[in-house]
Amino acid sequence: MARSKEIAPGVGRLSRSQVFARRGLYKGPKNTEKPAASEAAATKEVTVGGEKNGGKRLVPVAKAPRFYPAEDVRQPKKSRKAPKPTKLRPSITPGSVLILLAGRFRGKRVVFLKQLESGLLLVTGPYKVNGVPLRRVNQAYVIATSTQLDLGDHKVDEKINDAYFAKSSKKGSRSAEEEFFADGKPKEKEAFPESKVADQKAVDAAVVAAVKKTENINKYLKSSWGLSKGQFPHQLAF
Amino acid sequence: MTDQPSNFKRFVEVGRVVLLTSGPQAGHIAVIAEIIDHNRAIVDGPTTGVPRQSFPYRHLTLTPFVLTKLPRAAGSGIIRKHLEKEGTIEKWNKSAWAQKREAVEKRRKLNDFERFCVVLAKKQRRDTVRKAVKKASA
Repeated sequence: MARSKEIAPGVGRLSRSQVFARRGLYKGPKNTEKPAASEAAATKEVTVGGEKNGGKRLVPVAKAPRFYPAEDVRQPKKSRKAPKPTKLRPSITPGSVLILLAGRFRGKRVVFLKQLESGLLLVTGPYKVNGVPLRRVNQAYVIATSTQLDLGDHKVDEKINDAYFAKSSKKGSRSAEEEFFADGKPKEKEAFPESKVADQKAVDAAVVAAVKKTENINKYLKSSWGLSKGQFPHQLAF
Repeated sequence: MTDQPSNFKRFVEVGRVVLLTSGPQAGHIAVIAEIIDHNRAIVDGPTTGVPRQSFPYRHLTLTPFVLTKLPRAAGSGIIRKHLEKEGTIEKWNKSAWAQKREAVEKRRKLNDFERFCVVLAKKQRRDTVRKAVKKASA
């Protein structure tokens, strides 16, 4: 802590309570908004003497440098390397059942739809079956099983791309903390957009139809995956 | 001391059918053609894909089957003839030991979905048994 300079390694000059008092956190949340910086004028008007000088003149506030650097500053070389597109694992094809290993839906079995531009995999539960919505996942956090659903020549709508999943960039004007203290309760959550619900249904229709074709697949997708005693993933066949 | 019959049933002997437990042919059966010393024997499996080779005893298991009339140091052809005449391979395949091995192997090769189906089938069986027991004991 900067306020409590060390007198010996690990021992501060001030006690914990002294530091607390000096930091002043008890005063409540800090005001992080800066006052709007007023634009400083680049030039100013000065009166000049001499009758033929026009009386007034616009003069820059900051003087231009008298010298220019003698040596040129080196320009960094532009890299011509471009990232290669992610290679899809050959065991993953549209309709294959994947096991998610990370994230909120870890352990769930989902259906792979297609690979997006970014290299991420587009998967769906389907939502009706196991509650996993349309989602992007990295193929590194996935086990590909040999189980395959027959999706036919089902094509996922082009509008479902990486941009579709992007978060809206506009931020709330106030932090959740301030909101809580001001109104006594946080703002209510926005409802899930209707259009996305419809998209989910449209995409899932073909998948659910494929699920119905084979016995037990519905139960299989509903159940979650795990390892029991004596099971090791590298010794199992998927 | 009179000659007592031995308590042991399986011996390392010429004609003994053995199960290989390591190496590229692990899990295959072969026949002891000749005993080299107290560590190794020459094994041969002309009908089971085991080439004639010296094999240490600690990497094989004796089975209850023997080719009774196999001469010492018989070649592959002779061994094949004896195996076919006595039907040893069929006998081995029908044995509980071989069938259990096969079942284990089959289970091990199941994929994720098939394993799940086994769980369902087991549940079904448990349910049927439980109901039957309840009915019988009531």
